[in-house]
Amino acid sequence: MEKELLFITVIGEDKKGIVAKISNFLYKKDINIEDINQRIMGDGYFVMTMLVDIKKSTIPMEKITWELEKIGKSLELRVQLQHENIFKMMHRV
Amino acid sequence: MTISVEEVYETASMILYQNLDIRTTTLGINLKDCIDSDFKVFKKNVYGKVYSNAIKLVENARALEMKYGIPIANKRISITPVSLVMESHCTKKKFIEMARTLDRAAADAGIDFIGGFGALVQKGLTKSDRMLIDVLPDVLSKTDRVCSFLNVGSNVAGLNLDAVNLLGGMLKQTAEKSKNAIGCAKFVVFANAPEDNPFMAGAFHGVGEGDITLNIGISGPGVVQTVVKQNRECDLTQLSEIIKRTVFKITRAGELVGRELAAALKIPFGIVDISLASTTVAGDSVANVIEAFGIEKIGAHGSTLAVALLMDAVKKGGAMASGNVGGLSGTFIPVSEDEGMIDAVQKGALGLDKLEALTAVCSVGLDMFAIPGDVPEETINAIIADELAIGIINNKTTAVRVIPVPGKKAGSLVKFGGLLGTAPVMAVNPFSAKDFLKRGGRLPAPVTSMRN
Repeated sequence: MEKELLFITVIGEDKKGIVAKISNFLYKKDINIEDINQRIMGDGYFVMTMLVDIKKSTIPMEKITWELEKIGKSLELRVQLQHENIFKMMHRV
Repeated sequence: MTISVEEVYETASMILYQNLDIRTTTLGINLKDCIDSDFKVFKKNVYGKVYSNAIKLVENARALEMKYGIPIANKRISITPVSLVMESHCTKKKFIEMARTLDRAAADAGIDFIGGFGALVQKGLTKSDRMLIDVLPDVLSKTDRVCSFLNVGSNVAGLNLDAVNLLGGMLKQTAEKSKNAIGCAKFVVFANAPEDNPFMAGAFHGVGEGDITLNIGISGPGVVQTVVKQNRECDLTQLSEIIKRTVFKITRAGELVGRELAAALKIPFGIVDISLASTTVAGDSVANVIEAFGIEKIGAHGSTLAVALLMDAVKKGGAMASGNVGGLSGTFIPVSEDEGMIDAVQKGALGLDKLEALTAVCSVGLDMFAIPGDVPEETINAIIADELAIGIINNKTTAVRVIPVPGKKAGSLVKFGGLLGTAPVMAVNPFSAKDFLKRGGRLPAPVTSMRN
């Protein structure tokens, strides 16, 4: 089955429980994590990216975005969900 | 293919912190097939075609905003120049009724501006074109969403000075009839108007276009300003290179959204307009980009070179990113909609003369600037004629959106609010070109137009 891949981007200050909270939510909604990376950027921001497959998700994309925003607020972090195509278009010729 | 954390972060921060958005998605709609000898039927056809397509645009644009996490700031409609479709219904009353119909269709569908209440008069005026100009003060002051344009010159037709001579009076009447002269903000006069421009107030659906087309306008002053600030020491070649790379990325995002939106609407994708467009939001200013180059205030000597460099780099990056670059694809330096421009005028760094010079190297024109309400109409006509002559001779689009504000003197401030911002009233040269403009007629097409 073809995958539907999206990137979750988490930006802010590093703290405990970020990966746990987000991956727990994804697990409950049947969203598979394909890849996960994190880095402290030159400007001091903690950035984590997750590549997720939402093909089997039990909730639509709109709801995933809302839920992730809620988790982001509780951790005082910015969380963004975006289809992978935008990154392919912008960063690959 | 893997995307690195840095790349994801770059895109996310452009959207979250640097005001990257798709500035406009504009649906061009042909109205020629709506014409009917029964005016009631004609209006019904127009309302139906505009409303049904506009609703679909708004719905599908929302879905894409969600999918890509990128805001689509404006959803708009452009239509066939209205004077064309009104030729056989050429009365003042019917023109106003048509404007109200368009205004209602846009309002009902949740569209803020509908462009195309205009005419192509670069060579001459038909009865319908004259009627349209005649009703503009009423249309622009009595409707909220209807935008108007006139194309009065081109590099193959020259400049129709007779048409220009009607505009100063028309604009002064419009200003008198509308609060804060705001009606004038919805009218643009062009030379070499592109038929696929997605940006208001000058958007219209050209006669060479298909039935329905989707055109996209990107944004990005904040993004360009950020990379320029990160590279304070590099020379001009490197600076150009950095801007090119950034604009490539922005344009690709526009191209992606445009293609998908057109596919969802089952209509052809038109163009991506790569103009850098400022907004009243802090950090979204083209003037600030120029200042980040190392110019103390836009308008200082050196600004023309800076705008030239910026625009050339933007075009090169955009052209590589999309095979469908079109529209205006210049840079907008609207005075009232750009906080850096407002500040430069207020501090005395920028006047009308320098603004006109900047438009010669690739900004699109004299945009959203206020002048005292007592400036004679001939002088307004002369401002327009000068700006359009730059376009005609240099084979480019130029335009004017001028707001003569009744009762205001140079140096005062006029607040329009919302997207239209705040305009410092600019001083105008007090000497007259009245006797020159009175000659009327048409500036012949320049010799550069003879290419066959």
